[in-house]
Amino acid sequence: MSALAPDVLAIDAEAQASRIAERLAAIVGRDLRRRGLVIALSGGVDSSVCAALAVRAVGPGKVFGLMLPERDSSPQSLTRAKLVAAQFGIAHEVEDIAPALEALGCYRRRDEAIRAVFPDYGELWKSKIAIAGGREGAFNYFKLVVQPPGGALREARMPVREYLQMVAATNFKQRIRKMLEYYHADRLNYAVIGTPNRLEYDQGFFVKNGDGAADVKPIAHLYKTQVYALARHLGIPAEICEAAPTTDTYSLVQGQDEFYFALPYDRMDVALWAANHGIPAADLAAHFGIAVREAEFIYKDIDAKRRATRYLHAAPALIEPVPPVAP
Amino acid sequence: MQDVKQAVRQFLLDNFAMGGGVTIADDTSFMEAHILDSTGFIELITYIEETFGLAVDDEEMLPENFDSLANIEGYVARKRAQAPAA
Repeated sequence: MSALAPDVLAIDAEAQASRIAERLAAIVGRDLRRRGLVIALSGGVDSSVCAALAVRAVGPGKVFGLMLPERDSSPQSLTRAKLVAAQFGIAHEVEDIAPALEALGCYRRRDEAIRAVFPDYGELWKSKIAIAGGREGAFNYFKLVVQPPGGALREARMPVREYLQMVAATNFKQRIRKMLEYYHADRLNYAVIGTPNRLEYDQGFFVKNGDGAADVKPIAHLYKTQVYALARHLGIPAEICEAAPTTDTYSLVQGQDEFYFALPYDRMDVALWAANHGIPAADLAAHFGIAVREAEFIYKDIDAKRRATRYLHAAPALIEPVPPVAP
Repeated sequence: MQDVKQAVRQFLLDNFAMGGGVTIADDTSFMEAHILDSTGFIELITYIEETFGLAVDDEEMLPENFDSLANIEGYVARKRAQAPAA
């Protein structure tokens, strides 16, 4: 097996865009029998690329965009999403999901978990979860990071109950968004696009029945580096192509690599590609300039995340087959 | 004196091996045997802290302390040996 070439993730962007658009049109019209596509625009590169591909597949008149901000969304996200909708001529609507989240107790349940760790956590404080350990062979665990207004960051390891409650409460955000996407899809007789890239899809970085739910996922086969290449080719605004990926889910800015992935996306892409192509850990280590042991940990972490999130992809398990629907 | 290995083994069997078919030897790696994922390890750490009255430090979150019954027994013994001085 040869060592890693620097351009393993290079794609022919035009060929890729044409192929996806062609398949997408066939999936919507022939397989799903819907009249168009609903896309939630987050202002990030994945949903922007999906929107551009949807327009190329079915035309701008058959794509409906949704912006679904809440209390912790960055204002920049909405500005960028509107930019994309305008550029590609997509009809769109902004729906503030904060009242729905408030009614469900999303913020209250989250804050209750935070106060169990930081009792003085107040209304105007900011917070996020950060991943720790993992990379050097230590266990992955999660730290709660909070910041009082004008104060310094404070952090503490989260006990399991508080960690799970905070994640569970926060998952309301992705699930409420998906409910609204399906409301508009049902209203228009459209299908819903899911926007995961390959890293997210493979490593299970999505909420089941939240952003994981969709009728079609047009870029799930593309590494994040390739999504950026496609974004540049499709003319997505530069500020979106150049922004570092964040979750836009917590009130403190949270990089995706800070929450979930062991490495920044460009390195994570190469590591995942290498794992998928049977590249020995020694070659990955040489490519990154790290110790072989560290490369082995990266491969182990990839496997562990795949295993831990397999159930997120699974259809509900049945006790016995139900033919002819589930033979 | 509480048998650390037996208590932890029972905790794992009750919570992470429902449906049966799992045996946990003293040196079984929970990671290698796929008994625990990362959330499972956080649950295990919380259980150990609450059951044995210990505070696990961040830098102690290592396989050599928690990835088998024997490792946990050794870790708990070391922490208990430190405790009276604290």
